[in-house]
Amino acid sequence: MPLLTVTDLRTWFHTRNGVYRAVDGISFSVERGETLGIVGESGSGKSVTCYSIMGLVPTPPGRIESGTALFDGVDLLHCSPKQARSIRGKRVAMIFQDPMTSLNPYLRISEQLIEPLLIHEKISRREALSRALAMLEEVGINDAAQRIHLYPHEFSGGMRQRVMIAMALITKPELLIADEPTTALDVTVQAQILELIKKMQRELGMAVIFITHDLGVVSGLCDRVQVMYAGRIVETADTRTLFYSPKHPYTRALQRSIPSMQDKGTELFTIPGMPPDLSKPIAGCAFAPRCEYVTARCQAEKPELGPVSATHDQACLRVQAGEL
Amino acid sequence: MDDTILQLNNVSTHFPIHSGFVRKRLIGTVKAVDGVTLAVRRGEVLGLVGESGCGKSTLARTIMQLVPTTGGTVVLNGKNLSDCSATEMLAVRRGMQMVFQDPYASLNPRMTVYATLAEPLLVHGVCPPEEVPARVANLMKTVGLAPRFMQKYPHEFSGGQRQRIAIARALALEPKIIIADEPVSALDVSIQAQILNLLAQLCRKMNLSLIFIAHDLSVVKHISDRVAVMYLGKIIELGPALDVIDRPRHPYTRALVSAIPTPNPDVERSRQRIVLAGDPPSPINPPAGCAFHPRCLYAQAKCKLAVPPLVADGPAREVACVRLGEI
Repeated sequence: MPLLTVTDLRTWFHTRNGVYRAVDGISFSVERGETLGIVGESGSGKSVTCYSIMGLVPTPPGRIESGTALFDGVDLLHCSPKQARSIRGKRVAMIFQDPMTSLNPYLRISEQLIEPLLIHEKISRREALSRALAMLEEVGINDAAQRIHLYPHEFSGGMRQRVMIAMALITKPELLIADEPTTALDVTVQAQILELIKKMQRELGMAVIFITHDLGVVSGLCDRVQVMYAGRIVETADTRTLFYSPKHPYTRALQRSIPSMQDKGTELFTIPGMPPDLSKPIAGCAFAPRCEYVTARCQAEKPELGPVSATHDQACLRVQAGEL
Repeated sequence: MDDTILQLNNVSTHFPIHSGFVRKRLIGTVKAVDGVTLAVRRGEVLGLVGESGCGKSTLARTIMQLVPTTGGTVVLNGKNLSDCSATEMLAVRRGMQMVFQDPYASLNPRMTVYATLAEPLLVHGVCPPEEVPARVANLMKTVGLAPRFMQKYPHEFSGGQRQRIAIARALALEPKIIIADEPVSALDVSIQAQILNLLAQLCRKMNLSLIFIAHDLSVVKHISDRVAVMYLGKIIELGPALDVIDRPRHPYTRALVSAIPTPNPDVERSRQRIVLAGDPPSPINPPAGCAFHPRCLYAQAKCKLAVPPLVADGPAREVACVRLGEI
């Protein structure tokens, strides 16, 4: 049985300007110990998916319209708050994009690190502190014994992200959700943090959902990748298949528009237009207005994910019909 | 050299740090840019890369004279900018324009596209007032925006379109050189490609020089003719873009290149990555000798002794590493 199974999740935001369908009917699962990458442009719903699982969607205006998220048999979207609290922060943890704003500037690192332990485990402050110290050393912070008593502003960006990771992993979660954890960091620091996540994953055997817009990061880290566009999954496959034989026109276009995949000096391939406005209902395929293979059928019929092979699903009507 | 449009000679920009409230004491200086010598040729795209805090944006601002230089000279088109009077500066600024990183912050939200693009034309008296609307329409076409959006405000545009407006504003005065400070970092991949194509196309068509600042090496490699790598206020490697990124010589450039994740799972899994330890040191108190030595894999005692100068390595390349021949 997969560790997490999300079925038909819809998270809509009811704003004054209309209903914004940020996540519109997605289903996926994560196995124990697996790394799943979720890739998409901004506004594709990748973060909202994870916020929904963690119960972090601001309500109102957001509302989870339908769906279930079974984590080890417990539906995170419909269980009692008490049950959710016992899972969230202990068995499922999350790290965020911006380590500058996700740590509390008024509290010492030590206070923030031991908080999950004091909440979830019957443990004394002293014991919690010694575990926090061990964890800090584990994530590669030198002089942890002194630094644990500092405030977040006394750390650099990479160090803060390490603290965030230590905080998320201190309860030894089974699932870690990482929402663009390296986007705000320099490439050299990004390499350090990615190595750290891999190392911690090996040690703890946890599953990771890694959200990013950088296909390069995904290729080295993830076992499986799913590509999101306009609140829906358009393609999902194991990493090698997705990179070497992508099927969906959006995935293919996305890959072709990366500078490092193209010869220098040539005109870069671009996807014309912009992602659609999610506050208006989309009749057919959301990518149709920008797709080079569009037909009349694409504009009328909503595509669903269909299998290409046992581990490869995609949602393009023309690929499913064998036309592409 | 006739061909040189912008020449930097040993340019330094230092910021003093004061302490105390009533009696200000000088407690140190941040050497944001420290002794940079660089030439940009006509029609050339020069990529400038480095980690955050290495001084690439300060260097851009120094060239634009938005911050005063501490030492050295910036020569644009044969004119030394630090000698210019305020009125001369206005004329000089026509020749160089800047595009900023964040198109959400660099456009005035209360000005329509027309007002934004007309302002430089009117301030500099580029053309008679009655010709301004036609010029603005032309500019918008140049960057791929429909002139019918002229009376719209920035918030009505997407990030990529806003960056196009910012580029149009920079082009309004027909500059010789454009400095683009991370113009695509805030944009999504598919939009990024559109802006990169636009910049490359404009440079070719108008024989513009471009200083392209970015931290993404694959983007820089794609667009630039030459690349300069900065570390802690100094240029440590300079050369043709393909050369520098495919065959980096300086240990720092090697680490930087190896840290870029490639969208190719087989390559990504098999290669050995050089993971640098630690963060870049503080520019207030840089390490003695080569500023990179505390993080360098090849550091020796002699690296701590003197700051390595940028020396020629082959006809077109320059590298600042004392162990260049040995590693």
